[in-house]
Amino acid sequence: MRRIYLDYNATTPLHPGVLEVMLPCYKSIFGNASTIYSFGQEARKAIDDAREALACLIGAEPEEIVFTSGGTEADNFALKGVASALKGKGGHIITSSIEHHAVLFACKYLEKMGKKITYLPVDRYGWLDPSRVKEAITNETVLISIIHANNEIGTIEPIAEIGKIARACGVYFHTDAVQTVGKIPIDVNELGIDLLSLSAHKLYGPKGIGALYIRKGTRIHPLIHGGEQERKRRAGTENVPCIVGLGEASKIAGKEMRQEYSHVKKLRDKLENKIKDNIDYIRFNGHPTERLPNTFNVSFEFIEGESLVLNLDLKGIAASSGSACASGSLEPSHVLSAIGVPPAIAQGSIRFSLGRENKEEDIDYTVENLVEIVGRLREMSPLFPGRKD
Amino acid sequence: MSIYFDYQSSKPVDPRVIEAMIPYYRKEFGNPSSLHMEGDEASRIVEECRENIASFIKAEPDEIVFTSGATESNNLALIGFALRNRAKGNHIIISEIEHISIHNIAKYLTKNGFEVSKVPVDQYGRVDIRKLLGRITERTILVSVGYANNEIGTIQPVLQIGELCRKKKIAFHSDAVAAQGLLPLDVGRDRIDLLTLSSNDIYGPKGLGVLYVRKGIRLNPLIIGGGQERGLRSGSENIPGIVGMKRAVEIMEKEMEKEVERLGKYRDRLIGTIPKIILRCHLNGHPKQRLANNAHFRFEGIEGESLLLSLKDKGISVSTGSACSSMTLEPSHTLISLGLLHEEAHGSLEFTLGRFNKEEDVDRLLEVLPGVVERLRELSPLY
Repeated sequence: MRRIYLDYNATTPLHPGVLEVMLPCYKSIFGNASTIYSFGQEARKAIDDAREALACLIGAEPEEIVFTSGGTEADNFALKGVASALKGKGGHIITSSIEHHAVLFACKYLEKMGKKITYLPVDRYGWLDPSRVKEAITNETVLISIIHANNEIGTIEPIAEIGKIARACGVYFHTDAVQTVGKIPIDVNELGIDLLSLSAHKLYGPKGIGALYIRKGTRIHPLIHGGEQERKRRAGTENVPCIVGLGEASKIAGKEMRQEYSHVKKLRDKLENKIKDNIDYIRFNGHPTERLPNTFNVSFEFIEGESLVLNLDLKGIAASSGSACASGSLEPSHVLSAIGVPPAIAQGSIRFSLGRENKEEDIDYTVENLVEIVGRLREMSPLFPGRKD
Repeated sequence: MSIYFDYQSSKPVDPRVIEAMIPYYRKEFGNPSSLHMEGDEASRIVEECRENIASFIKAEPDEIVFTSGATESNNLALIGFALRNRAKGNHIIISEIEHISIHNIAKYLTKNGFEVSKVPVDQYGRVDIRKLLGRITERTILVSVGYANNEIGTIQPVLQIGELCRKKKIAFHSDAVAAQGLLPLDVGRDRIDLLTLSSNDIYGPKGLGVLYVRKGIRLNPLIIGGGQERGLRSGSENIPGIVGMKRAVEIMEKEMEKEVERLGKYRDRLIGTIPKIILRCHLNGHPKQRLANNAHFRFEGIEGESLLLSLKDKGISVSTGSACSSMTLEPSHTLISLGLLHEEAHGSLEFTLGRFNKEEDVDRLLEVLPGVVERLRELSPLY
């Protein structure tokens, strides 16, 4: 059966070009990068090239990149690492109420360890007013961690302004950019970012690899202890093929981002408009303009998001009822709660996130089926006012 | 043609493993947390792999936690256990010849209010059970001893350590990275509560490891977030890596017996021949309780580093010690713990054999080595 994948914010298929550069690494470059003979030196060079490519994508220096096992590790590393290194300076961290669970739960953990965490509210579009950040800063504040763009609703936060505020107040600024790297241009210097988390498998790179950008001079303690890899910041034998894969994915993203942006935005807008035109009782979640070009979150009243996802799946369409990391759970999304979606409506939410391999026809097929399924599910709901019985 | 005798520091991925992984990069690429078909397939395959890997060490599937590698597994085992069980005590025992990751984790724990004792080893690198017993106090909560040493190949009396720990109600962690694929592992038989495995060390991909966590053993997670791996290790699952490790395990289970026999023969040739054809050359490590792939010698009057480079010129890759510390000038802590002097440690070289070595590789080494050693000794003012 035809499969249409509209869940690129959960994970992306590997870019064919990325697989092409990874395979030789599995086959030939297998040395341990910490050894001094030629097998190892080849691995070292491959890692350095990848580091440079990734640094280039976000406007950083290669030595400011630390490879991790993924975005979640990078978030944990940033938050716990800075909190530990700046223990003497203070114990206050500012974050938002719509962070990814990796940041959110790292903050909850630090809270249990005696740190003070401020969770800033966002507006109904999921947008954080930078002035709130400024007001929240105290003498004790050591870190501000604000997601670049939210994974569920796609709202892009004003991180350049937040970066400026952080800089002016002498506070480190971390952003979880897992959803933005490769989708929109990022320059860590222009945006005033001190720490940035990213994950390869969200930009058509391999799973199991990510990175934390750490601005030169930033004080941070390691999360994983052991050998002296990654300039003593992240122990463990380097995952060479995946690092090379991330490097290649960065190069491709740098080259094709602009084109990709218009491609997915055009399809996303079409999807959004067609849904608006064909289905009633819906609510759009997320910012009308400050939003990732590929993301579209919508609530269908009188419907369970999960049934909708499962019914779409039967028609070959893969979408998400929320953040993939939490959709195994039954709790309503903390992001939708934070933007004021009533629980009953939040239940009926779906996230469509588009990507490289989607085509115009995919959208027509999706809307066609969506209209049919929504109609059918609503017929079963006793609350639906348009019921035909 | 290059010959590789450094399987301890890194292994090539078996081509059969790569083949198994490829479909999961593009065709079956879903996120197991998703509800749709792509997600279902991803979570199904993860659970299937978990079962396979569990049976490899005679564990239950829900005792397997996937990590990004052995170093992370060791961190989760020691730091995770220590932080969670602090109320029971703050004393941890490791051996003097643990992998560098365990030593550095111990350092971190020491800075954070734990007390770490290091139990010495004998001249062959074996932990003395009586000395271990002597270090156990009422506050001891965890013992961590590697199953076999990664540098000198000495196999520890794991069963005895496991029994002692069980009797004393202390948790027992073992880093089995060097031993996996060379010794049959059985966490039940050996009374192991926490066991570290690495995918690459059985010819699987890098970037994946496992921590076995016995049911009832409580840990604090190090990496929190989406709650994957029953909350013990968050982060989207590395599906191709997990599939690769599963395939590596399957191959290992089928071929281990033969491979160990074959490598053991090569090793015995090296151990039997080298000290005979090269004067003042001595075996490091245990003569019998030793991994089938490990031969480790010290050569009087020369630097291991120069020997390594000379062999490299001849197309033969070997190691002077643990790859994780070979950037530093410090002699291997393992060799020093055996009672070797600094210059003796510096004059040592490690040969580790593996799946793709052939008898001819051994022939070639035995042919080349005496001449290389002789030439270096001629240049050496010490000899």
